[in-house]
Amino acid sequence: MTTQLPPGIKLETVDDRIMTLNVGPQHPGSGHMRLIIKVDGDYIVSCDPDPGYVHRGEEKMAEYRNYIQNVPHLERPVIHDSSNILYPYCLAVEELLGIEVPERAKYIRVIAAELNRCIYILYWLAIYGIFLGHSTMFMWPAGDRELFIDLLEAMSGARVTHAYLVPGGVRNDLPANFEERCLRQVDYLEKRLKEYLAVFYKNPILISRTEGTGILSRTDAIRLGTTGSVLRASGVNFDIRKKEPYDVYENLDFETVVMKEGDSYARSYVPYLEMFESCRIIRDAIRKMPKSGSVRTKLKPNPKGGNDEVYKRVESGRGALGYYIVSNNRPEPYRVKISVGSFRNLICMPYLLKGELLGNMPAVYWSLNYWPVEADR
Amino acid sequence: MSSENEKDGQPSETAAESPEDARSLSKDEAKKFYEEKGIDFSPDAPVNPRPIPQFEKSLSDKIASKFGSKASVDYVRSNRIRISTKKEDVSDVAYFIRDELGYDHAESVSGVDYPDSKEIEVVYHLGSYTDEKLANQVLTLATRVPREEIPNPGKDSSRMTSLREVFYSVEFHERECFEMFGVYFEGHPDNRRLLLPEDWADIPPFRKDFKIKGR
Repeated sequence: MTTQLPPGIKLETVDDRIMTLNVGPQHPGSGHMRLIIKVDGDYIVSCDPDPGYVHRGEEKMAEYRNYIQNVPHLERPVIHDSSNILYPYCLAVEELLGIEVPERAKYIRVIAAELNRCIYILYWLAIYGIFLGHSTMFMWPAGDRELFIDLLEAMSGARVTHAYLVPGGVRNDLPANFEERCLRQVDYLEKRLKEYLAVFYKNPILISRTEGTGILSRTDAIRLGTTGSVLRASGVNFDIRKKEPYDVYENLDFETVVMKEGDSYARSYVPYLEMFESCRIIRDAIRKMPKSGSVRTKLKPNPKGGNDEVYKRVESGRGALGYYIVSNNRPEPYRVKISVGSFRNLICMPYLLKGELLGNMPAVYWSLNYWPVEADR
Repeated sequence: MSSENEKDGQPSETAAESPEDARSLSKDEAKKFYEEKGIDFSPDAPVNPRPIPQFEKSLSDKIASKFGSKASVDYVRSNRIRISTKKEDVSDVAYFIRDELGYDHAESVSGVDYPDSKEIEVVYHLGSYTDEKLANQVLTLATRVPREEIPNPGKDSSRMTSLREVFYSVEFHERECFEMFGVYFEGHPDNRRLLLPEDWADIPPFRKDFKIKGR
């Protein structure tokens, strides 16, 4: 039986062996994006990532608002890491407008950024756990994350979308007794993280599903321009906090976590170890922070940027995050480009998933630390 | 975007010493202040010129001596260099940057629309993982392609050579630039849409003549 099709439309011929699967864009296993996967039996033949389901045009929106009005909406691509996505924006605007940030504000920003990095990594770890079928690893990080959310709520007044970092410093000073409370909860997190090791990272089922799958060699990691934990799990020692320190990171005591294996296990283990480094940074920053002083340099109303351009980058939970801002003597930026880690790591997917078992797709996909909303901007 | 006094390589010591004084002056006072100090005052120049870093200067000198008038150095700042070329030479310059200077990946590819000069600027931000000395550097490579009033992406004159052969990592970035600005990259193996829906039937949305509703 033949069906009459409208002109210009033709059906895809079905190969006997190769089948096309659409994973997403509403599938819980992919986040808000689509992976067009071709499978031969149980093996993935090709993978074509198709982002854009939650594209909101943040960069276009930024061209219509002035430098302060841009703050709250620019954190929307990654609300779980909202301090880190605003960080390079603040640095860029400060350079553009020639603003000096008070010393105490620099330390507070570092503390907020590191607390937020932990929140993001715990959230990611919860998702990674549940997609590998490990329900405990969904519940534990999702619960422990609340403690740091409470800390940031005390700092900024909002649970998730803080808009706490602003050009010129931070919005308000720390609440009373914050240092003491923060140190107590950092200690608690470190204790909990050690329990994660036994229940998750030494779990033989996790190891058998992630070890040796989706191997990204060091050469490929560099050639594909990957960033963040994907890059460091492939043996490249690169962390912008060390290589191009911003604010006060050069005064603080921490190490870069690097692993050589480049498989899904290493990619999931590097963020875990980075949480310990974040805890070290928070402790050190609280110790070295000036105990009093201004936390914000007020901007002039409607500041104009001059005829200039600037590119600033920081290390976020998903890798390097850069803002390229072009200004043309107007209160609004002429062009804002956000270069995000998720978008840069997207290019790995066709390489890593090719030849992999379909059942290992979530293990490889989520190990890339990919956040679809951020990639779409 | 460019500053004359930085290019000349003679930043003024006096102005750098007292940036606060210079910033608190009005425009006319500032002009007088700089003229007395013997500094070229132009509207494009930043209010307080920064000293030129030596390492970055040596990198830009290598490019300038190799390509001469083909590649112009727009600015040299701490950890940042900006080179702009014609679109015919961008591939040669990129090969030189990769093979001789050691930059190995692209961080981002941005388009900037300039409807007044009928041009679209394509800006590559390049970095290096392999060379320890370049780890804090970002090289900005910019080129300009013609812009047509009524865009026809892929078929009009807004096109340039793809840098995917040079920097493999630009693959998805160039696809994004193609759909958002309508710049076609010749030699790119996969010039499909990336973020926009398949049935998008308007002009490339990041061009300046595409307006957000209500604004």
